[in-house]
Amino acid sequence: MRPATLPIRLEQVAEDLALDRATPRATQSLRRRAAPLATPAAQLRLLKAVPLHTEFDALAGKELRPAQLDVFQVNLGKLCNMTCKHCHVDAGPDRTDAMMDDATVEQVLAAIRATGAHTVDLTGGAPELHPRFRSVVQAAFDAGKRVMDRCNLTVLLLPRNAGLVDWMAERQVEIVASLPHYRRPNTDAQRGDGVFERSVRALRVLNAAGYGKGDPQRRLTLVSNPAGAFLGASQASAEREWREGLRQNFGISFDRLFVLNNMPISRFLEWLQDSGNLESYLQRLVNAYNPAAIGGLMCRNTLSVGWDGRLYDCDFNQMLDLELDLPAGAHIRDFDEPAWQRRRIVTARHCFGCTAGAGSSCGGQTS
Amino acid sequence: MDTYYKGQHLADFAKISEGSPDLGKKFFDYYGAVFADGALTAREKSLIALAVAHAVQCPYCIDSYTQDCQQKGADFEQMTEALHVAVAIRGGASLVHGMQMREQAKKLGM
Repeated sequence: MRPATLPIRLEQVAEDLALDRATPRATQSLRRRAAPLATPAAQLRLLKAVPLHTEFDALAGKELRPAQLDVFQVNLGKLCNMTCKHCHVDAGPDRTDAMMDDATVEQVLAAIRATGAHTVDLTGGAPELHPRFRSVVQAAFDAGKRVMDRCNLTVLLLPRNAGLVDWMAERQVEIVASLPHYRRPNTDAQRGDGVFERSVRALRVLNAAGYGKGDPQRRLTLVSNPAGAFLGASQASAEREWREGLRQNFGISFDRLFVLNNMPISRFLEWLQDSGNLESYLQRLVNAYNPAAIGGLMCRNTLSVGWDGRLYDCDFNQMLDLELDLPAGAHIRDFDEPAWQRRRIVTARHCFGCTAGAGSSCGGQTS
Repeated sequence: MDTYYKGQHLADFAKISEGSPDLGKKFFDYYGAVFADGALTAREKSLIALAVAHAVQCPYCIDSYTQDCQQKGADFEQMTEALHVAVAIRGGASLVHGMQMREQAKKLGM
């Protein structure tokens, strides 16, 4: 057995991150700063206090119904080598408090083997930092699932992850890599000075491993989000520019681009409040409400599993502690797919982020 | 009028059609078509609009196209460079008229 496939203990990961001086960081987690918005309850209160002329359910309540389960999204925990300003997870190198334990990993793997969902979508934090990351990928791959890794790019350059890209390529893992912008200024503004340069290095590693070159078994998807209080650009138009910009300036290629909106929760919510943009941003989301975006929303076809095994309609609800509305409770050990099909999707004001403009979901724009 | 420029004017701009619905519709249809992706991308057109907005010193347009450029994925460096194009042309336009001054001065002077 290769040493790299041995389980690595969380303490070692945390120690590596504490010693990591190479990854730039834009801020610290709300939790570490004991910021007023560190709790989901405080975030929901702030959102509720904004004067809006309508509510999400009034616009979308009737239309928003579950579809079939396609995507099994697992949040392995909040540990991350970076601390981006807009993070909706409040992830960071200090977040060892919120990492999936071994018993929960086993329950998740059992559910993955049983589910009809075709895709297992791994997120975090930086999911690659979880000690069980490779065993989760392997188990999902062995169960015949398509695996997606939601990757921050810079994590691939950490010494502990040497060889990981090739290992994932062998298992046809799709890399869904976040990169705010194809040029330095907006990327570094959001993620920290120097992140863009390290992201470009990671993209070169991915290209060298065959990612981003049109091979469906080595798909590289980039995910962009706005660096500020405005909506995402048109995905098709942006993809053409990114393709040209990354090729010309850095010789980098990728397969597709997703453009997401920023959700008004966690650290982005804090930034909105501090910058005086909160009210106008929420109003912008409401005014840009697009009924055509409903059909493609991820909450309809995705199960979101939290680091502690609790279940949600999406990763954003997960961060706000808005659990799945299921009679038998919402934990992965009790997951009942037929009951999931009949559920009512839980919504609140942050949901306007997903229905604004061209729509926004884990799979990019929805209309 | 207590003040000539008001932020609300921009939000209410569509009401300008009330005086002449036909012409208003023609203008706004044309306007929308101009800014669609074409041989130039919508982002490039937005940067041109931002530069022109500064050349014609229209605060409504500056407000509008600053947001539009950001939303279309332009960054601060690109927006500032676009602005300098307007500045260069405005400055250059003044300076190149100096050629008229020069010609006159040469003719009249000894």
